[in-house]
Amino acid sequence: MRNSIMRVALAATALLPASLAAQTIAITGGKVYTVSGQTIDNGTVVIRDGKISAVGANVAIPDGAQRVDATGKWVTPGLVDAATLLGFSEIGAVGSTNDAAAAGKDHVAAAFTVWEGLNPTSVLLSPTREDGVTSVVVHPTDGLFAGQSAVVELVDGSVGDMVIRQSAAMVAYLNSAREIGAESRGEMLQRVREILDDARVYARRRADFERAETRPFAAGRLDLEALQPVLAGRLPLLVSVDKASDIQAALRIAKDYNIRMAIAGGAEAWLVASDLAAAKVPVLTGAMNNIPESFATLGTRQENAALLRNAGVTVALIGNAGGGDEATFNVRNIRYEAGNAVAYGMKWDDALRSITLAPAEIFGVADRIGSLQAGKDANVVVWSGDPFEFATRAEHVFVRGKEYHDVSRQDLLMERYKNLPPNYQAPVGAP
Amino acid sequence: MRKAALAALLVTVACTAASARQTPAPQRVATDSTAKSTNGPGMGATSTPNADPFPSTYHAFPSKATVIRNVTIMTAAGPTIRNGAVLLRDGRIAAVGASVDAPSDATVIDGTGKYLTPGIIDIHSHVGAGASPGDRGAQTNDVNEATNPSTPYVWVEHSVWPQDPQLPRVLAGGVTTIQVLPGSANLIGGRSVVLKMVPSRSVQGMKFPGAKYGLKMACGENPKRVYQQRGPSTRMGNVAGYRAQWIQAETYRRRWDKWNATHQGDPPQRDLGMETLAEVLRGNILVHNHCYRADEMMQMIDISHEFGYKIRAFHHGIEAYKVADVLAREGIGAALWADWGGFKLEANDAVRANLPLVMKAGARAIVHSDDESGIQRLNQEAAKAMAAGNRIGVPVSEDDAIKWLTINPAWALDLDSKIGSIEVGKNADVVLWSGDPFSVYSRTEKIWIDGAMMFDRADPSERWRTDFELGYVPAAQQTGGSK
Repeated sequence: MRNSIMRVALAATALLPASLAAQTIAITGGKVYTVSGQTIDNGTVVIRDGKISAVGANVAIPDGAQRVDATGKWVTPGLVDAATLLGFSEIGAVGSTNDAAAAGKDHVAAAFTVWEGLNPTSVLLSPTREDGVTSVVVHPTDGLFAGQSAVVELVDGSVGDMVIRQSAAMVAYLNSAREIGAESRGEMLQRVREILDDARVYARRRADFERAETRPFAAGRLDLEALQPVLAGRLPLLVSVDKASDIQAALRIAKDYNIRMAIAGGAEAWLVASDLAAAKVPVLTGAMNNIPESFATLGTRQENAALLRNAGVTVALIGNAGGGDEATFNVRNIRYEAGNAVAYGMKWDDALRSITLAPAEIFGVADRIGSLQAGKDANVVVWSGDPFEFATRAEHVFVRGKEYHDVSRQDLLMERYKNLPPNYQAPVGAP
Repeated sequence: MRKAALAALLVTVACTAASARQTPAPQRVATDSTAKSTNGPGMGATSTPNADPFPSTYHAFPSKATVIRNVTIMTAAGPTIRNGAVLLRDGRIAAVGASVDAPSDATVIDGTGKYLTPGIIDIHSHVGAGASPGDRGAQTNDVNEATNPSTPYVWVEHSVWPQDPQLPRVLAGGVTTIQVLPGSANLIGGRSVVLKMVPSRSVQGMKFPGAKYGLKMACGENPKRVYQQRGPSTRMGNVAGYRAQWIQAETYRRRWDKWNATHQGDPPQRDLGMETLAEVLRGNILVHNHCYRADEMMQMIDISHEFGYKIRAFHHGIEAYKVADVLAREGIGAALWADWGGFKLEANDAVRANLPLVMKAGARAIVHSDDESGIQRLNQEAAKAMAAGNRIGVPVSEDDAIKWLTINPAWALDLDSKIGSIEVGKNADVVLWSGDPFSVYSRTEKIWIDGAMMFDRADPSERWRTDFELGYVPAAQQTGGSK
């Protein structure tokens, strides 16, 4: 109930063109990586009223358009990071600033709608956008069924302005039986099946349930409701799992219940790449971890993403090094994940796709973001060079047609200390 | 420290927050000139009676005279040499320049299009002591002796597992020397150890001959969080804790120095922890101080003045850029991440130009990892920081940035006369890169330690594989085998 009300409210506000400047912009002369189509040398991208209105080599530039000269520059879609906590975790150790987990019941919180807790004033948004990331997928953390993910566009505005897709996936963490209260892999998988079975029964017997004429179910009413779109094949089940045999177990569940599935983590996914390709199950993984940090990840390697892609698996690259705050403070580094994927065997174009259109497809927003194509949201970045290189800067960043000139809190700190302000010249420390 | 993989997808934040990111701060030679140091070659710099009970048994691996020519050489001692050559012979760098005379029996490697750098040095690691796999029950996390706020009596080398599968991966990242530190749970965490990245059956076989020990100290949130119940539970409690230990150490040092001078009567009672602290006061052990906030660094500096020791380096130093001028004046190094931040409040003022701003002020900027993944890409960390400096108008050249990875950390270990640059006479610790090491696309190709080739990406059969990996990790996949 609460869910559907919220959804209506959010959907309504999302329609308001609050952050849009009704203007026309033409980005000319750059090398344009459309991702969805051909790469265009000396191409033009026209933005009108927040949307891309034209892309091509010989595009007429509308009268009065503001021009951005991108000669010698690279032009790409705004980047998409498919696994973040941006806006849901400001400072990791400060509990009051973390809103990505639900207490749930018996580690089940399928109904949890994480996006309602989005902090639109997070100071982490600016540095992320400054580096060309214009959309992120946010996921609930912790739990057998942890809740539902959302897709967020990094525009200034309200939660309603920012969330472009609520309920973009259902998240299940099947990495550790013990963390979800089971004693073994088999018991954990049994619980998953029991809950899915009960969700099916519940759907047939809602009226009986309301009259208390059903047996007890393995999860609560809201959670069973939330699982219906998963069972109907409308909502992907994003399963966080690493070990090859655990991935295969997840694939069996996908088959048995006719569920659309995606794998997150997938440290050993390369070992079952053909199974994943055959099942058309995409994988969210990174290219910067090769540490066998548990017995479930002994097969981890940096070539994982490339091997999967080359086997025909759809791959979304996400930060996976594990130590560098990739889900929050350093979402901005997603482009380097792509660069490392290339260093370990992925084709460059595939790497760009893995941080733009691939995640958009996986999470059902490819009609809005992830490529440079007429009709899409005008999320466009003009780079000084190869976006995967460290020395390259995002020189212009447009989100929904608005150019952002971010001055982040980090920028302010650097500016303050680059030359010590006079009132900070007082003796610091005894000479 | 141990994070739950990407599996962790989103869990990494919580993990980093909970982790004991430790910082050691190396310290400089103590000001107490009355100390008699016994820095003999081949032994740790320590005074009796605790001279060197766990001596290094490392010896260089077999090597051949090797010439690498037509290569771009980042020397860390001067401007980059384009199209240059290096001769490695008898474990040393025998010649470097536009060209070198190659002995007839030398192995000659064509470095066209490739780059040569000194071996990378990470002065902040826990690999070996915090080993993989880290599953609950595996008991591989031996980093924090979190049973007392001050544990100067522990030596982290006694936690190092030479079969930790992380170790060969560290080497493959171009890292030839590391300092392993105890964790940051404690105000005083114990002794560090300096290791060469070589296979060995014992930690002694990895110990860098003649390297000084370090002492790990930690400021701020970690100790007060860990000891919330028993204390210290506040930052003022932290400071009282350091001072109480130094007061005790000063008495101990005086008593032993007196006895060492006269050898009259029974020697004083030995105390393992006080021995270590007394060696700090004598200048024989370097202080490596984990400290995030600028104001806390200033307090730690005052404490060092009060007791007459030097802080060699602040580690983590999220706010080093705020007091970079003071660090320069005090001669204290700053070992930093390129861009980590936000995982706790004391890390919230992290900026990406921290390293450039520290360098600009004239202090020694050092890139460190504190991370088993990040340690494999310290070149990329430096590249990010270099870009951040250039972006805000603090120019950083590649010749500057290479020093953050090599000669500056070598200095922090007081090993800059032996390693950290490509100069004649130095240890032949060098890395051949497929391209510019500050490009995301470049990878290590060959790595030499003391002139012996310890890693060759083209030859997996020669690769260092730990005992643990046998049967678990296929050789082909280890350390990024085939492309």
